[in-house]
Amino acid sequence: MALMATQALAQARTLDTVLERGRLVCGVNNGLPGFGYLDSDGRWTGFDIDYCRALAAAVLGDPEAVEFVPLTAAERFIALQTGEIDVLIRNATWTLTRDTDLGLNFAPTTFFDGQGFMVRKDLGVVDIEDLAGASICVTSGTTTELNLADTMRARGLPFTPVVFEEIDTVYRAYEQGRCDAVTSDKSQLAGRRAVMADPDAHVILDATISKEPLGPVVRHGDDQWFDIVSWVVYATFFAEEKGITSANVESFETADPEIERFLGRTGGMGAMLGLTDDWAVKVIKAVGNYGEIFDRNLGPLGLPRGLNRQWTDGGLLYAMPFR
Amino acid sequence: MLERRLAVPGGPAGNPGRGLRAPALWVWKNLLSPWYNAVLTAVALAVLGAVVPRVWRWAVDAEWSVIPANLTLLLAGTYPREEIWRLWAAVASLAGLAGLSGGTYRGSARKWMTAAFLCAAAAALVPAAAPSRMWLLTLGGLLAGGFSLGRRVAAAFGPAWRRILGAMWMASAAWVYVLLHGIAGSAVFPPVPTSSWGGLTMTLVLTAVGIIASFPLGVLLALGRRSALPAIRWACTAYIETVRGVPLISILFMAQVLLPIFLPDYRLEHVVRAMIGITLFSAAYMAENVRGGLQGVPKGQVEAAQALGLSNARILWLIVLPQALRAVLPSVVGQFISLLKDTSLVAIVGLLELLGIARSILANPAWLGLQAEVYLFVALIYFIFSFSMSSASRRLERALGLGER
Repeated sequence: MALMATQALAQARTLDTVLERGRLVCGVNNGLPGFGYLDSDGRWTGFDIDYCRALAAAVLGDPEAVEFVPLTAAERFIALQTGEIDVLIRNATWTLTRDTDLGLNFAPTTFFDGQGFMVRKDLGVVDIEDLAGASICVTSGTTTELNLADTMRARGLPFTPVVFEEIDTVYRAYEQGRCDAVTSDKSQLAGRRAVMADPDAHVILDATISKEPLGPVVRHGDDQWFDIVSWVVYATFFAEEKGITSANVESFETADPEIERFLGRTGGMGAMLGLTDDWAVKVIKAVGNYGEIFDRNLGPLGLPRGLNRQWTDGGLLYAMPFR
Repeated sequence: MLERRLAVPGGPAGNPGRGLRAPALWVWKNLLSPWYNAVLTAVALAVLGAVVPRVWRWAVDAEWSVIPANLTLLLAGTYPREEIWRLWAAVASLAGLAGLSGGTYRGSARKWMTAAFLCAAAAALVPAAAPSRMWLLTLGGLLAGGFSLGRRVAAAFGPAWRRILGAMWMASAAWVYVLLHGIAGSAVFPPVPTSSWGGLTMTLVLTAVGIIASFPLGVLLALGRRSALPAIRWACTAYIETVRGVPLISILFMAQVLLPIFLPDYRLEHVVRAMIGITLFSAAYMAENVRGGLQGVPKGQVEAAQALGLSNARILWLIVLPQALRAVLPSVVGQFISLLKDTSLVAIVGLLELLGIARSILANPAWLGLQAEVYLFVALIYFIFSFSMSSASRRLERALGLGER
């Protein structure tokens, strides 16, 4: 049934639907610190939310032309399959099953999450190797627990797991000093650290031991729309790489032909996507480059850039050439 | 035991309560006598002594600033801030109507004037922006004005006025809908999509729609279950038993997830899906409540009506339903109260009603970790509404003379 609906919808081009409607319908999370929530003025805010706005700016020229549809983890893919939303930007992990069996396409990953460690700063731990012999708090019965065991065994490091059922208990035990370190997804570690009595006394290690690539998702069968979403993401990567920000994008002086093409001054790249030539300028003007989006939303949580650095800095952000 | 209690004031010599003055006597009678009550009192005091200071210390240290900072969000969700006057106008219209009804049905003047005074006091004391104060003052004025107007008009026109008042209540539903939702192309009431509704507003809209839609549906189902036609009886019974056999949350999930699959060409708003789910669920329980009342109507009543030559429809409308509904009023109101609280389940299917907004506030990095403060405030709001509903129902029961015959 779901598949039939998907196929029927694939006939209509999402871009036309969005243009005709005059606004983008974006599936989001309404309760994930830093990624998606309502601020006190009732305005949608967060890392994922900014990508919805970026897409609306590229397609419609107006970052505010977005209708946000808060979705639960259970509903999110069905909402996309049935055409209820145009794009899903709701911390969805890219996996093979979802990419194929669910009939979805994953745009470039905007946030490489993954399991990490948080330790007390005064222990002077900088790397996983330093955790030899440590006691580590972890939630029981999760992949988190298995990942921990695998990682430590692979490196031949002895450790004592301190296991709890409840997430809250895990962090309370860690804060009370019942274990030297705590392990979970890094975005969660950062969120929890922000509410600890003394956030500065704890540090999240750079090392990541599991893969949780999160990014925008679209339906199978609409390649043009998939291209647009993908290149909007690349635009934010590219702008950071070249030092283009929301403040200087409109007056950016350059002799670099690739940047000229990016800014739509030459090359006619926008038309190839079905957009206006200055689409990338609109994106950067609306939400800024990747670094700006990251600092604005995840900076307050004290989340380190980690894997989410530019490839030139040893990270995984790699914009394909604007050529 | 009873004799001894009765004997306490000026009782026989040797009674330990003798010679005590009124407050001390009250303490003696209620807290210290006989000995095991004294023990219970001591234990209760010890527990209170251990708990209250801690709760107090927590409450003093708690970061209550999260509530005023997010009050508009909790009450109105993402409703456009420049259109919020429309929510106030809706509340004001209903307050005026409530005042009118209070006056018409001879409510206690003292209570209505107290309510109006409380609104005015809130306007003076609450640290809110100027427009909110003005609206609160207007509310107080409408409650008081409506009340005195209602009294006079009711005295002058009698029953005809009550019918007009009923029509006004019905019209108010349409009026509130226009205020909240707006009219396409209108300059005064630009449309506000339901996706922008949220917070307490959405909780109350869901509750109101649930109550208004499920009540008639429930009555029909109850009548259908008692119908002489087997097809109708079976269909109604099957519906009622199926719905009562599943939890509300699964119905809500089905409404959110399955409806769009069944109706791929027609995009139903999320809120509407939740309304459908809540109504269908509530109607089944309503049907069973009403059926209880129907069974309680003595058969002689129907036979007497038949002997008088009334048609079946008139028997139902004039004889059976009034008695049946009167009898089940307390349980129906009880169900409405649980409906109000059940609307919080739509937070799980991603809607931003009161609880969904609370979750969202807690994901704001500025307010991380303030679960206790936010959830306590939300609980307080639920309590205020549930308690007002149950006290209104008690007053209605008294007015109808329930439990006195």
